[in-house]
Amino acid sequence: MQLRFEVQGMDFSRAGQAAAKIKKVLQQVGVEPGIVRRAIIVAYEAELNIVIHAYHGTLTASITPRKIEIVAEDEGPGIPDISLAMQEGYSTAPPHIREMGFGAGMGLPNIKKSADDLDIQSEVNKGTRLRAAIFI
Amino acid sequence: MQPYFHSVRLDENKCKGCTNCIKRCPTEAIRVRKGRARIIEERCIDCGECIRVCPNQAKLAITDSLERLGEFRYTVALPAPSFLAQFKSEVAPEKVWGGLLTLGFDEVFEVALAAEAVSWAIREYLQSNPDRPRPLISSACPAVVRLIQVRFPSLLGHIIPIESPMEIAGRLARERVCRMTGFPGHQVGTFFITPCPAKVTEVKQPFGGISSVDGAISMSDLYGALLRRLETAKAYPLPLRASGLGIGWGRAGGENEAIRAGSLLAVDGIHNVIGVLEEIERGGLADIDYLEAQACTGGCIGGPLVPQNPFVARVRMGNLVKSHRSQEEWDFPRELGFYHRKVSISARPALKLAEDPQLALARLEEAEKISRELPGLDCGSCGSPSCRALAEDIVQGYARRSYCIFELRERLQKLAEEIVELAQKQPPAMGREWRQARERGEVD
Repeated sequence: MQLRFEVQGMDFSRAGQAAAKIKKVLQQVGVEPGIVRRAIIVAYEAELNIVIHAYHGTLTASITPRKIEIVAEDEGPGIPDISLAMQEGYSTAPPHIREMGFGAGMGLPNIKKSADDLDIQSEVNKGTRLRAAIFI
Repeated sequence: MQPYFHSVRLDENKCKGCTNCIKRCPTEAIRVRKGRARIIEERCIDCGECIRVCPNQAKLAITDSLERLGEFRYTVALPAPSFLAQFKSEVAPEKVWGGLLTLGFDEVFEVALAAEAVSWAIREYLQSNPDRPRPLISSACPAVVRLIQVRFPSLLGHIIPIESPMEIAGRLARERVCRMTGFPGHQVGTFFITPCPAKVTEVKQPFGGISSVDGAISMSDLYGALLRRLETAKAYPLPLRASGLGIGWGRAGGENEAIRAGSLLAVDGIHNVIGVLEEIERGGLADIDYLEAQACTGGCIGGPLVPQNPFVARVRMGNLVKSHRSQEEWDFPRELGFYHRKVSISARPALKLAEDPQLALARLEEAEKISRELPGLDCGSCGSPSCRALAEDIVQGYARRSYCIFELRERLQKLAEEIVELAQKQPPAMGREWRQARERGEVD
């Protein structure tokens, strides 16, 4: 089962809808609440990263009885130093985004904490591909 | 599995099978079948949204009647904090309490009084547990707790393990009466005067095993009888009187006002509550210590079983809070263990499409496909709340594709077109007769 969502940069009003749909599906499959919550956090933070940093992208969730795989692919500025971006509190979000309460530098660290497996590929000025897996 | 008790029921004779309730239900727990609404028991959280929205008054709340007072040697009324705000400001609270005694109660114990004690306990709990989940969520509104059981089970650990003011009121009232009269506890009946069906369910099927409250009587049911007795009833000043802090619990934001510690957030209205819970679920609001969440807009004064307009009640409650400012010192238990909810609240996974995950996934794929083909108008005429819900009902075998009136109409139209087309296609033999007739000049 695969769910696919288009994500637009700067579209904060719709951020969270993809995570909400993924959650509903996981509940309907009967996935345990703790795992559902980790998947929601991964999906939401990945979606938000596209909204905050990229121009546009897609969020895909593939669900099997064994695992949930979330892939976020975007066209955007890319991440120059991934290990730096993985540090808690490190953020490149501009001040106006922070004023909205986003961009606290917790996105990637939260994804890392919630996912069982994480892989990030990024090319500066082209885009980023994040793949996170959660085992059921 | 233990069958669920529900206060919210359907009056089959009044239900017209319209779609108002199915569209409003926050857990998609209602379907219309054979011209009548059906409540899916596992999903219903007794919030009473359907009672409020039903134009035919076909949804009702099962509550206890005053006759149940006869089962006990001594009875105590436990009026909810929202109760006093139902009366005009000229009516002295003492008259209201006196009126309750004429209805058969032996004593009155305000739940607002217990709310003061619970406010203290919550404050203590927040201050003594720095490693608690953030935010903690109030346990006072049972419809919200049940909503979390059904739709947000991953947040069950966020519900504060402190009993609700109603539970604490039942305990404190029984202890007081036993002390005063010497009667054994089981001969004392405690009855909550309730603004909502969710509290009735909490009494009949409590989260914590056994409730300290023996019954719940609808505020609206009592109201008429009480109004008639107010003139003649003797004023009864309570030995212990609640302050504005406890009374304020009856309206949205009042609980937080009484707790006054840390960063607090209040949300009311079930659909707003869902929005905030979704945010917590995806890791948000961790800067908040405590969430007061109430299913009814305006808080308990907006409950489905209150007689007064909630906006009028809100003004009256504001006045009551002001006029009851001075807090009487009373010795409620200052021991956090007294308020602790011992039993953990379990999840109610009522949304699964199948027990087997593989089958559930296959059904989901099928539901996705059907849902894309359906018109997407979410009209409800099929008896399911949305096209997506119909698709899910179909894959589970609870509905058929032909329930969609738009698809049915389309198919009928095609069929009709085919019939017309067939009617125009004459067999060769008929065509010959027609030509012969034309040649004879009998037809044009």
